Amino acid sequence: MSLAVDGVGVELDGRTILDDVGFSVPAGGTAAVLGPSGSGKSTLLRVVAGLQRPNRGRVAIGGTDVTATPPHRRGVGLLFQDDALFPHRDVHDNVAFGLRMRHAPRAEIEARVSELLAVVGLEGYGRRPVTELSGGERKRVALARALAPAPSVLLLDEPLGELDRVLRERLLEELRAIFTGVGVTAVVVTHDVGEAFALADEVVLLRDGRVVQTATPEALWAAPASAWVARFLGIDNVEQLADGRARVIRPEAVVLTPATPTTPGDATVTAAVRAGGPLVRLAVACDDGRSYRAVSTGLDHPGPGDRVAVTFDPLGIVELPG
Amino acid sequence: MSGGPGLGRGGAILLLLPVCFVGLFFVYPFVAILERGLGDGIPWETLAGAETRSLLWFTTWQALASTVLTLAAGLPLAWVVGTFRFPGRSLVRALVVVPFVLPTVVVATGFVALLPTDASRGIGPILAAHVFFNIAVVVRIVGGAWATLPRTTWQAAAVLGAGPIRRTREVTLPLLAPAISAAAALTFLFCFTSFGVVLLLGGPARATLETEIYNTAARAFDLQDAAALSIVQLVAIAIVLAVTGLLERRGGAVGQVAPEADVLRRPRRSERGRIAAVLLLTGAFLAGPLVMLAVRSLDTAGGIGLDHFRALGRETPALLVPPWQAIAWSLAFAAAATAIALAVGVATAIALARLRPSLLDAAALLPLGASAVMLGFGLLIAFDEPPLDIRDAWWLLPVAQSLVAAPFVVRIVVPALRSVDPQLREAAAVLGASRRRALREVDLPLAGRALAGAAGFAFAVALGEFGATVFVARAEHPTLPVAIFRFLGRPGAENQGTAAALAVVLALLTVAVVLVAERATGSRERMV
Repeated sequence: MSLAVDGVGVELDGRTILDDVGFSVPAGGTAAVLGPSGSGKSTLLRVVAGLQRPNRGRVAIGGTDVTATPPHRRGVGLLFQDDALFPHRDVHDNVAFGLRMRHAPRAEIEARVSELLAVVGLEGYGRRPVTELSGGERKRVALARALAPAPSVLLLDEPLGELDRVLRERLLEELRAIFTGVGVTAVVVTHDVGEAFALADEVVLLRDGRVVQTATPEALWAAPASAWVARFLGIDNVEQLADGRARVIRPEAVVLTPATPTTPGDATVTAAVRAGGPLVRLAVACDDGRSYRAVSTGLDHPGPGDRVAVTFDPLGIVELPG
Repeated sequence: MSGGPGLGRGGAILLLLPVCFVGLFFVYPFVAILERGLGDGIPWETLAGAETRSLLWFTTWQALASTVLTLAAGLPLAWVVGTFRFPGRSLVRALVVVPFVLPTVVVATGFVALLPTDASRGIGPILAAHVFFNIAVVVRIVGGAWATLPRTTWQAAAVLGAGPIRRTREVTLPLLAPAISAAAALTFLFCFTSFGVVLLLGGPARATLETEIYNTAARAFDLQDAAALSIVQLVAIAIVLAVTGLLERRGGAVGQVAPEADVLRRPRRSERGRIAAVLLLTGAFLAGPLVMLAVRSLDTAGGIGLDHFRALGRETPALLVPPWQAIAWSLAFAAAATAIALAVGVATAIALARLRPSLLDAAALLPLGASAVMLGFGLLIAFDEPPLDIRDAWWLLPVAQSLVAAPFVVRIVVPALRSVDPQLREAAAVLGASRRRALREVDLPLAGRALAGAAGFAFAVALGEFGATVFVARAEHPTLPVAIFRFLGRPGAENQGTAAALAVVLALLTVAVVLVAERATGSRERMV
């Protein structure tokens, strides 16, 4: 079902946590709420789940206003950051919990639990105590538990937060596949740009409780709305222009050409770090004092101390007002 | 809805049961005492009389002396369990709690058995029994704090040139001072309100406020005078509680705390003798009364035998029923009291767990200071006339016992409920569980161990309850403590032997129940 959040404001202990936040997700779509810690993104998730009553604004699921509906009647699924599995119940009973609350018939519960355990790749884990599972397994059980009652909207709070990198990347692909396979409307809250880009059709960027940009990952990367957004996305090449505007150059648009006797170059490479796999991150210092970050793929890249000529791909340059 | 801790409508309804129960059976009796005591104007003769002053004086100084002696007897063992790692250390820590949970009448009977007849009544036995009970308080609180003092603090003092005595005086004692004063305050409170020990071991010449209320009401039938004394006791306890609370709160600032495993060390060869001496002497003191109690119960006219236990089945002039029936009644009443205490205590705990902790802190000391004698006396005079003429109802006894036991239930269950991760409740809510359903599906199962433990402790408390029970017990339904009291009060080796046999049964029942409860709860600290 579709989700619409409109004009939501939350104040806690006199502090404004969320201010006029709005976004919408079409049925079956996936949105990411992205922001640094303290930006209010977890509170936003709690508002959608009904665990936090907003001071202003409304939440609608499938076109129905649910702002005053308590969490247990909302029919949303929530994947907690630290799983919140019931320690006194085994895997099966955790997954079956939401179905039992819905008074589902026994046979349906059994069928649905087996189905969900298969979806998350935990067939045969039903009678295991949840206290003996690994971090990745716990996350899968939590996901199966959230999905079992077929929620109208699935909410995920930092779904891959504490897992190690290899597991993260594997689960990231699985999550994406599950979202499309199950066809559920999903909202992912994360501080990780990569996670948001990998999972979401649309990214809602939150800063200090306000939405600063809503766009598809591609549009966000292509045209960050402000210098802050660019820096948050990991683009360090932000220059202040003389007329008060700013210029953002995406790292892949910084082209480094090795110096030759005929073209002596205008910059020196100061660092080259292989950032996992084929990607190499480079830093260059121009003779006129400017410095840039660039990326290179493959093995053939300049190393620290090498002289290069710096040019820019005009498609990778965004000019911003102020 | 969620949104921070709060009582909610469900919580308010839950609180209704305990509020009504406590209001009717606890507050109303106290109002009845006030009414009886102050009804004809303030009874200055009683309040300010020389007799009351001497009672107050004796109550205070025996409590003070008991506290000093308990510290003297308990600190060596606190040093041993707080400093050294040795085989059997956890057993020592567990055994030292046994005296604390034993019923007062059992301990009193034990000291009667231990001491020669002409020395078994008076101030000496009272002090000895108080030390016997409260060594556990000192060893657990001070020993526990000792085991968290970082060894490096002590080593730093040594490197700076402080010898062993100066290190003790300038480092160890100041760091332990909060724990010592907290243990001393609790011990003083227990001894100030001690009833069974003073009544059974004090003899005719020694009385505290607590026993004098009983004697005045139940033996002299002077209810008005007893009510006036109760008011004195009420004020005195309020003052003691305030001071205790102050000292306990000051106990918070301990500074750096190290994990026990890093603090404890193997004893050096030169220390082994002292450790063995402490363990042996303390062990002998704690085991003495209990061993002699067992010996007395088997010591018959015809040598060692089970005659005293066999006599439990026979009619006796001391009771209206054969003594074995006291065992049956005790178990039945304790079971009923446990059920009531659980219902009232768990409802209170659920409501309190939803509130801020500070509200509970004040209530937490209540069970330790509430005077059972005053409760029994209050019930006696509150319900003796229509429309509430229920003084002779059999169920008033388990109600009285449950009022003594329920605060312990609250003390055990509230922390267990508080420790349930609130996210689990939210997870249940999002999955479709209402607040009440989440309580049933998440909170109560997770606090299950604590509930089982609370039930066990409530049962043990009810089983050994004496102060309130002795007022409301009916002659045809005696409990074990009441029966022991009756036999102990009669001359003759036969009666003393029967008292010892009954005390052995009560001690075994109590220890068995507490052991099961300990297993379930996995913690003893909460009792103290």
